[in-house]
Amino acid sequence: MTERCAVIGVGQTAYKTRRLDVSIAGLVREAALRALEDAGLTWTDIDAVVVGKAPDLFEGVIMPETYLADALGARGKPMMRVHTAGSVGGSTGIVAANLIRSGVHQRVLVVAWEKQSESNATWALTVDRPYSASLVVGAGGYFAPHIRAYMQRSNAPDHIGTLVAVKDRENALKNPYAHLKIPGISREMVEMTPMLWEPLRYLETCPSSDGACAMVLASEDAARSAPNPPAWVHGTAMRSEPIVFAGRDTVSPRAGIDCAADVYAQAGITDPRAELDCAEVYVPFSWYEPMWLENLGFCAEGEGWKLTENGATALTGDIPWNPSGGVLSSNPIGASGLIRFAEAALQVRGMAGEYQVDGARRALGHAYGGGAQFFAMWIVGSDRP
Amino acid sequence: MTDIAVVAFAQTTHTAENAGLSETEMLLPVIQQVKAATGLNRFGFTCSGSCDYLEGAPFAFVSALDAVGAWPPIAESHVEMDAAWALYEAWVELKHGVVDTALVYGFGKSSQTDVAELLVQQLDPYYLAPLGPDQVSLAALQARAHLDRSGAKEDDLRAVAARSRAAGRDNPYALHLDDPAADAGYEVAPLRPHDVAPRTDGAAAIVLASGDRARELCERPAWITGIDHRADAHSPGVRDLSRSESARLAGERAGAAGVEVAELHAQFSHEELILREALGLGEDVLVNPSGGALSANPPMAAGLIRIGEAAARIHSGAARRALGHASFGPCLQQNLVCVLEGDRR
Amino acid sequence: MPSETTAHVLEFPGGYTRSVGPVIGRFLTELRSGRVVGVRTAAGRVLVPPTEYDPDTGDAVTDEFVEVGPAGTVESWSWVPNPRATHPLDRPFAWALIRMDGADTALLHALDLGEEGPEPPRRLRAGLRVRPRFRAERVGSVRDIECFEPEVTMYVAPTRLEYRLHPGRALDRFLEGMSEGRILGHRCEVCDKVLVPMKGLCPMDGVPTTEEVEVADTGTVTTFAVNNIPDPRAPEVPFVSAYILLDGADVAMLALVSGIPADQVRLGMRVRAAWKPREEWGRSIGNIRWFEPTGEPDVPFDAIKDYT
Repeated sequence: MTERCAVIGVGQTAYKTRRLDVSIAGLVREAALRALEDAGLTWTDIDAVVVGKAPDLFEGVIMPETYLADALGARGKPMMRVHTAGSVGGSTGIVAANLIRSGVHQRVLVVAWEKQSESNATWALTVDRPYSASLVVGAGGYFAPHIRAYMQRSNAPDHIGTLVAVKDRENALKNPYAHLKIPGISREMVEMTPMLWEPLRYLETCPSSDGACAMVLASEDAARSAPNPPAWVHGTAMRSEPIVFAGRDTVSPRAGIDCAADVYAQAGITDPRAELDCAEVYVPFSWYEPMWLENLGFCAEGEGWKLTENGATALTGDIPWNPSGGVLSSNPIGASGLIRFAEAALQVRGMAGEYQVDGARRALGHAYGGGAQFFAMWIVGSDRP
Repeated sequence: MTDIAVVAFAQTTHTAENAGLSETEMLLPVIQQVKAATGLNRFGFTCSGSCDYLEGAPFAFVSALDAVGAWPPIAESHVEMDAAWALYEAWVELKHGVVDTALVYGFGKSSQTDVAELLVQQLDPYYLAPLGPDQVSLAALQARAHLDRSGAKEDDLRAVAARSRAAGRDNPYALHLDDPAADAGYEVAPLRPHDVAPRTDGAAAIVLASGDRARELCERPAWITGIDHRADAHSPGVRDLSRSESARLAGERAGAAGVEVAELHAQFSHEELILREALGLGEDVLVNPSGGALSANPPMAAGLIRIGEAAARIHSGAARRALGHASFGPCLQQNLVCVLEGDRR
Repeated sequence: MPSETTAHVLEFPGGYTRSVGPVIGRFLTELRSGRVVGVRTAAGRVLVPPTEYDPDTGDAVTDEFVEVGPAGTVESWSWVPNPRATHPLDRPFAWALIRMDGADTALLHALDLGEEGPEPPRRLRAGLRVRPRFRAERVGSVRDIECFEPEVTMYVAPTRLEYRLHPGRALDRFLEGMSEGRILGHRCEVCDKVLVPMKGLCPMDGVPTTEEVEVADTGTVTTFAVNNIPDPRAPEVPFVSAYILLDGADVAMLALVSGIPADQVRLGMRVRAAWKPREEWGRSIGNIRWFEPTGEPDVPFDAIKDYT
């Protein structure tokens, strides 16, 4: 059976390098309570809790949701923990949506979080076991070569990444929760920062953040009593492919293409650039905007950088990407995907404040993870599907 | 209401020591077996359960995906929990009705580290973990609380262990463990070594299918008539340790009453007593004919295996209504109950 | 100027005997019991430490005493890098005006941040939350509070987990090959592709693989990054991390490239493994230090683009 599912509450914490003012429970409750408040609900109204985060090594607490069960009001309720690497925020949202759409529950609280300051993100992501067949580590070292391959394939000019870095940080200035806020951000400022992993400069990479994001998802019945406008789920999709295999396209992975095709089909979309009003897409390194523009079918192969260059993806463009400032401005890894999903929902609810895309009615939320091999997407709309 | 059934189940021949296989190598044969049993090479949905910390590195599930043959790309997800919860996620996906088959798997080795000590890091990081109470010590606290309230004796614990080990010796996949020694000392009182699940490496896989697809793929599908899971509060100081409220709730909602066989994920002898009480299982219910977790407890798979063992008894015609249970978290904090039936129509 | 000085001590033998009266007396009595109290003024304010009078008006205070704290907030501070003998602490500390929770006035006391140095610690600022550290032996003195200290905002949780790992069958064999200076892979019998290093299975087809293939230690750079973040395995910064398609393999492996300035590395560049001296070989991929250019002509990008 397929029930309709709506986002009736969204809550976020302020994203910061270090949230020294809160415990782990305090952090996740901050987001959860804001989502409940938006939904006009209390803990007791919630049927089930779904928690997502990336590797537990970040905080050094194994499956921390067991400790968080009562902090999230889950005593006596079903609680699950999803982990699909960087895409986890998206996957977590989809697991929660399916609990509604399958008719199992009426109101589900979904929370995704990361408190990266408790250790060191690079360490937590690249702990190496003694028997390794790898000679290089680090997310930048892993992804930068794929970016170079994209530049080679598409003949994109060198400055495209800089444009994305500026555009997303300009958007972040309008978002009260965003982590990186750089007044007066400009191409010159980005170009003055050091190359970390050429072709990527410092300001072309995402920060490491503490933060949590929560949503309340509801059935059609339960959504009726919501005080604020709902965002209806029009489609969800997940796709995975192995990290290494012969002939793998690491610039435009097939899993991303297939995932997008699936979610568009569910939402009845054939031309995403024309039919979507905005997109919140997981862009942790600047160049992933043009790469994902192509992978997600917003343009033909090799054309993505042109959309970035001509301002199509700016807040004032025809298809704004990451009006919230995106992952480049706030990146609590495990939460980043759910933040994309939540920001897409805020847009179609008309609740995105200063970075609201005028008249947004349909939006894409996107997340990816691992070696660009795990994808999770949803499309939300202001109209009931 | 979508009818969903367990149509195939496979598990490794579990080992007490590292058998020289990577987790992926350990997992591959069970996935091959359920593919062969169903004749399916692709599934509508795939979901797994594993734990990074068992391997001492992040992203355990990434290399495990290599065993699936995820090309072309597949719809896939993962829980950092026992794979019984992956089965739950797959059940929800099937109930949603977009796909009609799902592959579920879980794997883990406890030979690579001291899991009881590892699980200290699963506790509240402020008030519990810094004190270092290991899994066995906390379980023993729960055992004490249960014995004191229920009047059960340490001999009752021994009886659970003896029965489980005897059954395990008849199970080709379980470890074959001796009868509890008469003079066994305490590991942590009141628990003795035989009351504690053994160190185990292993993996398991299950295929779920819905409606007619299930009937095509399996002669006697094990239909899931109820499945539910619930959590208790975390700290042992804020709940009644002597009983399991979350198991009671899950059992009630899944319809535990009236089962003939129950496979309980009891990692300690007293947990079986607590679970029997919570699920209302009488003396007439056959409990853990496989030997249960006390005979083989591969982490992240042992709960899924309980559901698989319960389903296998329906597949074979040995039972008409069976229950599989999985637990997760310190002192039975989370419990999942899956009730299966054969011959639905 | 006198050429010499002479020491002189002014000290009343035994110390002064100070009567404290009812208000200060109540404060010190409570302090001896480990509590901090203030007194309420007629205007409703709470004075801590309490006085017999309202400092604003001079009016007598009420007889209502109010327990405050135990925590308080720093309103202002100074940092003492070189304490005097008369100071309450003998290591660098702060003087702080502390408004106890529930009080309307501030108490002066010493604040121990557990940090030393000539510069004030970064967390020392107005708004810092602090609590008294009471002496074990108390006598009824404002020094029954040894000093204040910040509230606990963080603690360090060392964790150390030990593992006994085995590489698994396929990786074990690969590493054995490395110990002999050979790079081993498996050919998948379904897709016929050679996977290096082998995993004992084909991730595309999900089948076991057993056919062992030795591949060359030469190959082609399919793409790369120039890394300016130090890596323990890299010889220097910048260093190049590259995907290298070994001759005979069907998947590129990530490795270091050296022996050429970073800005001269190219897509399609031909490279060869730079092995460590044989006596340093172990069962490790690290036997290959990095890859170096062979000097052969580059491979056109079109020929390798399907491997990126």
